[in-house]
Amino acid sequence: MALLEVNELRTSFKTDDGIVRAVDGVSFSVDRNQTLGIVGESGCGKSVTALTIMGLNNARNTISSGEAMFDGENLLAASSGRLRELRGMRIAMIFQDPMTSLNPVKSIGWQLVEAVLLHNDISKKEARERAVTALGEVGIPRPEKRVDDYPHQFSGGMRQRVMIAMSMINEPDLLIADEPTTALDVTTQAQILELMRRLQEDRDTAIIMITHDLGVVAEIADDVVVMYAGKVIEQAPVDPIFTAPRHPYTWGLLGSLPRMDLEIERLVQVPGQPPSLLNIPAGCRFNPRCSYAMNRCRVELPELRPAPQSDDHLDACFLDEATKARESVRLLSGAGASPGAA
Amino acid sequence: MARYLVRRLLWALFLFLAVTVVTYVIFFVTPADPARLAAGQGASPAEVQRVAEKLHLNDPLWKQYGLFLKQLVIEQSLGESFVNRREVNDIVLAAAPVTASLVVGGAVFWLMISLPVGIISAVRPRSLIDRAGMVFVLVGVSAHPVWIGLIFAYFFGYKWGITPITGYCDFINPSAGASCGGPVQWAYHLILPWLTFMILFAALYVRLIRANVMETMNEDYVRTARAKGAPEGQVMRSHILRNSLLPVITILGMDIGLALGGAIFTESIYSLPGLGRQILVSYENFDLPVILGITVFATICIIVFNLIVDIVYAWFDPRIRLG
Repeated sequence: MALLEVNELRTSFKTDDGIVRAVDGVSFSVDRNQTLGIVGESGCGKSVTALTIMGLNNARNTISSGEAMFDGENLLAASSGRLRELRGMRIAMIFQDPMTSLNPVKSIGWQLVEAVLLHNDISKKEARERAVTALGEVGIPRPEKRVDDYPHQFSGGMRQRVMIAMSMINEPDLLIADEPTTALDVTTQAQILELMRRLQEDRDTAIIMITHDLGVVAEIADDVVVMYAGKVIEQAPVDPIFTAPRHPYTWGLLGSLPRMDLEIERLVQVPGQPPSLLNIPAGCRFNPRCSYAMNRCRVELPELRPAPQSDDHLDACFLDEATKARESVRLLSGAGASPGAA
Repeated sequence: MARYLVRRLLWALFLFLAVTVVTYVIFFVTPADPARLAAGQGASPAEVQRVAEKLHLNDPLWKQYGLFLKQLVIEQSLGESFVNRREVNDIVLAAAPVTASLVVGGAVFWLMISLPVGIISAVRPRSLIDRAGMVFVLVGVSAHPVWIGLIFAYFFGYKWGITPITGYCDFINPSAGASCGGPVQWAYHLILPWLTFMILFAALYVRLIRANVMETMNEDYVRTARAKGAPEGQVMRSHILRNSLLPVITILGMDIGLALGGAIFTESIYSLPGLGRQILVSYENFDLPVILGITVFATICIIVFNLIVDIVYAWFDPRIRLG
């Protein structure tokens, strides 16, 4: 059994405009020393999935169902006290914007020590030593000096290192990283990913990497979940996602990625906007933006099904095998998903 | 820090000069004859003329202002009242503790109410206490302190006889001729003024604190704290309050500094011999030295409290460095 198994996870928010179904039946699993990449556009439900697993949604207006089995324990049924014990200790999370994710009026040492003392019965002095060690491990120079500095005295990349140090300080089994590199420049991005990979290897951590950047996924993920409008539309190990993608939306994402090996005049973009989750289109949720959409796509919701040859490659699309094969080959050869197809 | 203080003091000097000049100019463009008022009813024109001469009222404006500055710098004296020849220094020093008692006590009261109500209504929006708080805010902001004061004095003081209706007692034991004194009597006489003075501010601060706490609750670092497994109480104390009360400190300092110059309405209703009442009386008599004295004192209060706010702020927020 995997460390974390998410089954049919659903999360809705009650808003003044109606019920927003942010996550609608998502299932995946991730094991120790494995990295699962969750990919999708803004608003596709990937962050909400993470927050639901962490129990960090606002309880007042959120309804969740399904299960998230963490080491045999359903997080969705756990009490808030139990979740607090797990959070920061066995499941940790880092966020997108390192500039705002640290408390500006507390020294980073204070914030690291807080994370330690919340879960360990040790003295402040010991906790501080741990904080210094943790800062050293994530590559902060002169950690024994910097530990008393405040967040505004660090650069964005350094703050994200601090966030990683803080999330890893209690050696969690699972780390959820919600777009940890999005706010950083490319060089820093690579360093942060490298750091996460190193820490993962040292400690056997399972990582859920939430991102909209397929480059990051290629870099770090073992398995990939592609989400669209609250649903998983394709799910596979990382290689087949890049070598034999099966869903038109994945084609679109890949087509919009710059390629070093091909001369492409213009990157392909997925036309239109993701649907409002208040007003989800009938049938396949991607059909209004899909250039392959058939009549069936507008009435019937495709289910996530395994591909004929491989059990671990799932997609939710009605297209026939021949078209899928042809179009993915066309895309990978650099032609992009053809807008006029079908 | 030293450079900061020097800069602040230069600003304070400039502010002081600007405020006193404006007071002088306004005083002289108002159509009044302070010499006649000072000379008393039934004084002959010659006598009025003599009084005007003595009070330098016939000198040009700049000369009078120069005289005022000279006296202030050399003798540290704000001059004498036109009306009763008392030293203005004494008048201000006698009235200031009354106003300070009212303002500081009132501030303690309004924080005691607005902090818990503001925080609870931010954490539980649309709850009963939030709605009750909003009603209180609406009433507090809309009702005039004079009206509130009269209502309080009528019910608490007159109808039910729980509190004194008017008057003030010294904090320290009674001076000769005073009717009462001591901390207990002092507080007893100030209950209604405190309540009256506090209502407007309590209402404003409930709203201010509620808005600030609500805004801070949505900050990313608050989510980080929860992700670390911090219990709600600790999240509120260590992460939300410290950040959301920063702007409140600024406004509190400015409000207290401003109010120390005289809480005119409250002091008038309850006949408290504070600065606000004194300045009102002095305006009626065109008693320029007293008006100026209180203005100078109020300006100093505002300057000092702004300085305190800056220092406290820098202490609370590591991002701010004075310099």
